[in-house]
Amino acid sequence: MANYSTNEFKPGLKVMLDGDPCAILENDYVKPGKGQAFNRVKLRNLMTGRVWERTFKSGESLEGADVLELDMEYLYTDGEMWYFMLTDGSFEQYPVEKKALGDTEKWLKEQVVYTVTLWNDNVINVTPPNFIELEVTETDPGLKGDTAQGGSKPATLSSGAVVRVPLFINEGEVLKVDTRSGEYVSRA
Amino acid sequence: MIDDWRPSAEIATLRERARLIAEVRAFFAERGVLEVETPVLGHGGSTDVHLASLACAATTPAGRERLWLQTSPEFHMKRLLAAGSGPIFQIARCFRDGEVGTRHNLEFTMLEWYRPGLDLDGLIEETAALIRRVLPIDPGPLRRRRYRELFRASLGLDPFHEPLEALRRLAGEKGGLSMADAPRDDCLDLLMSLEIEPGLGREGIEVVVDYPAGQAALARRYRDPEDGEWVAARFEVYRQGLELANGYDELTDAEEQRARFAEDNAARRAMGLAEVDVDARLLAALEAGMPEGSGVALGLDRLIQLALGKAHVAEVMAFATPRA
Repeated sequence: MANYSTNEFKPGLKVMLDGDPCAILENDYVKPGKGQAFNRVKLRNLMTGRVWERTFKSGESLEGADVLELDMEYLYTDGEMWYFMLTDGSFEQYPVEKKALGDTEKWLKEQVVYTVTLWNDNVINVTPPNFIELEVTETDPGLKGDTAQGGSKPATLSSGAVVRVPLFINEGEVLKVDTRSGEYVSRA
Repeated sequence: MIDDWRPSAEIATLRERARLIAEVRAFFAERGVLEVETPVLGHGGSTDVHLASLACAATTPAGRERLWLQTSPEFHMKRLLAAGSGPIFQIARCFRDGEVGTRHNLEFTMLEWYRPGLDLDGLIEETAALIRRVLPIDPGPLRRRRYRELFRASLGLDPFHEPLEALRRLAGEKGGLSMADAPRDDCLDLLMSLEIEPGLGREGIEVVVDYPAGQAALARRYRDPEDGEWVAARFEVYRQGLELANGYDELTDAEEQRARFAEDNAARRAMGLAEVDVDARLLAALEAGMPEGSGVALGLDRLIQLALGKAHVAEVMAFATPRA
């Protein structure tokens, strides 16, 4: 991979830092009146999702990371691996480990398209769509006529996620949920 | 991008910019300071290891030559002083390679002025007066802060005497990088940029004085009366965490100037940087005699940025470099 110097650091650029692939989020140039210039850089570690704030001497460079983000459809799991398939018509399948799947495990639904991050051709992260529609598999019975009042209860969804829903929701209903906050949005 | 032919500043901002620059000219006219224009291309460049000069090849009456885009109009203006110009100011286009950010653009406008016979305190007062004239609301009182006291107050260390190892450790920790081989001044620069600068000039105008001698650039050095430590007769002006200006009690000794050019180029070689042609005519002018006095360079785009409340310096420039 090519090396990138601090003045080429742009949001979205993928670089290697401390052995992990990272995405640049922000890059600012700081310089005292007369003296060494630095770049203040925010990066997201793509392995852990953590945001790092690092300083570099201007002109320093980092190795680029061979990272690709691809759309893939979730197929199935055999209990050990989760299988995703490219949506580009190639039908190419990628196995994903539990570690790379992380929290996304509770938002899995067959035929839904996820953003899959590959590093050196291995899956390191799977991001669900911002909104997903899932069926309620378990919740306390709905309260008739209680559509206006506040109050909520837990509901288990078909993917395994548990979200707070209004009291009027029943088992078997399909809900729209925000996967970023884990919050109920509406009936689908 | 389909519409990147458009200016990076709004037209209304450019009107405001023109009005503020007219204020600057009026300020100096009232004070009897002469406006001058000096070349953007010169035979000498800045040797400062922390400034990257751009150069170009040109055909001149002397043939094919290398000319340097000026990083500040300093050398030419000093030659005018040596020739007896008296007080002068310039609104000059300057170039510094690689400087791009929310407060930097590769090509920018410097307001630089020189006051023969005026001491550093007098020039600090005048710089603050100019800033007050341009800002829409009075920024509040002027406060002088000694470099050393700032470090003591913010970081609990003496920048001149803290052991280098401890300084490297702290700078590395604050910046999240390895400073294991860094020289003292680089550690201090990092701590200044990250830990001290952002808090300066939050209430009023803050002026930092008595810099370490190693950061003198083209300022005189003198012994601090407090403890005999060598310090640079230099100041920097801050408002809302933004460094606006850099002033010197100007070095007028040709030999000392020659030595600093040589030191800079030696440091450049050691760092693997290209050497810069020394301005021999500046040295000749200093030999002929430049009047004692002080001078200051103020980032005019930044001051306008501050006056108009813009987050990015590109917003006060017709076309910042990416759209140039």
